[in-house]
Amino acid sequence: MDYAISEVPAAGPRGTDMLLPHGARGVKVVIVGGFGVGKTTMVGAVSEISPLTTEETMTQAGIGIDQNPGAEGKKTTTVAMDFGRISINEELILYLFGTPGQERFWFLWNGIFEGALGAVVLVDTRRIEVCFEIITRLEDRRVPFVVAVNSFPEAPQHPMSVLRTALDLNESVPIVTCDARDRASCRDALLSLMGYLCTLAAAQESA
Amino acid sequence: MTSKHHGAWDEGSPVPLYVISGGPGSSAKAFNLVTLITSRSAPEPAMQPEQAAILAMCQYPLSVAEISAYLTLPFSVLTALLSQLVEDGRVEAIAPVPVAAVPELGLLEAVIHGLRNL
Repeated sequence: MDYAISEVPAAGPRGTDMLLPHGARGVKVVIVGGFGVGKTTMVGAVSEISPLTTEETMTQAGIGIDQNPGAEGKKTTTVAMDFGRISINEELILYLFGTPGQERFWFLWNGIFEGALGAVVLVDTRRIEVCFEIITRLEDRRVPFVVAVNSFPEAPQHPMSVLRTALDLNESVPIVTCDARDRASCRDALLSLMGYLCTLAAAQESA
Repeated sequence: MTSKHHGAWDEGSPVPLYVISGGPGSSAKAFNLVTLITSRSAPEPAMQPEQAAILAMCQYPLSVAEISAYLTLPFSVLTALLSQLVEDGRVEAIAPVPVAAVPELGLLEAVIHGLRNL
């Protein structure tokens, strides 16, 4: 069989990238938010590798479910996700996937949430309405999540209680502020998700 | 990844994705984005270039997502390639840590410990 492209880019992890130990296993966390809210920045801030992009093509079968006015003629759509990774220990690798919330189709890619520990919803207070649908979808899928407000300097500051009401969030769901550019700040947002998951796990064990 | 290869699977790519994937997959093996792949054999000259590239880059474990990014192949095309490689015993696939609706405390504590060391 002839191939029009006979060579595949000799790509792979760069020499400077940390190589994963044999026998390790992966877990993942999903970072969801609207366009330009800082998902990739957040992934890049905590990742040990430069953020990479993976894509999936969605077929018309998916488009039929979601109304997509103006693009009826389009047969496939591509959903792209930026991601990074953190080696937790010799046995455990945490992957962070940043997923565009304004893309309706990504919810159809079930693999995104399959086996995810939970999600961080990244919020820009100037465009808070983007999160309504995201939060509804996460609740429908029973994906545990925390809300992280990316503190853009020019964005309006709201008390947490006002945000909680605006987002119609359950009292138990943590809201934190973070700076997506700052490693420690993003780590703390992830830690708040883990803390929240621990609370859920403990509640389930005692139930 | 250079920009030259970006969008390699845009419409109009000379090789249709169903050719690269080797046609409909026969294996029902499920891959996750964070399934880790490790080579079990060296690439051979007669192999399909994409499969050879996978074997070459997976000397150390890499997630399916990473391989997809490095080869600029969509997830579903890559999983078809990987199914064949697993069937042929050329790579080993290590499934992600199973996560229930609410993850286990032990797993969470390990992640918390790791994050604190960042």
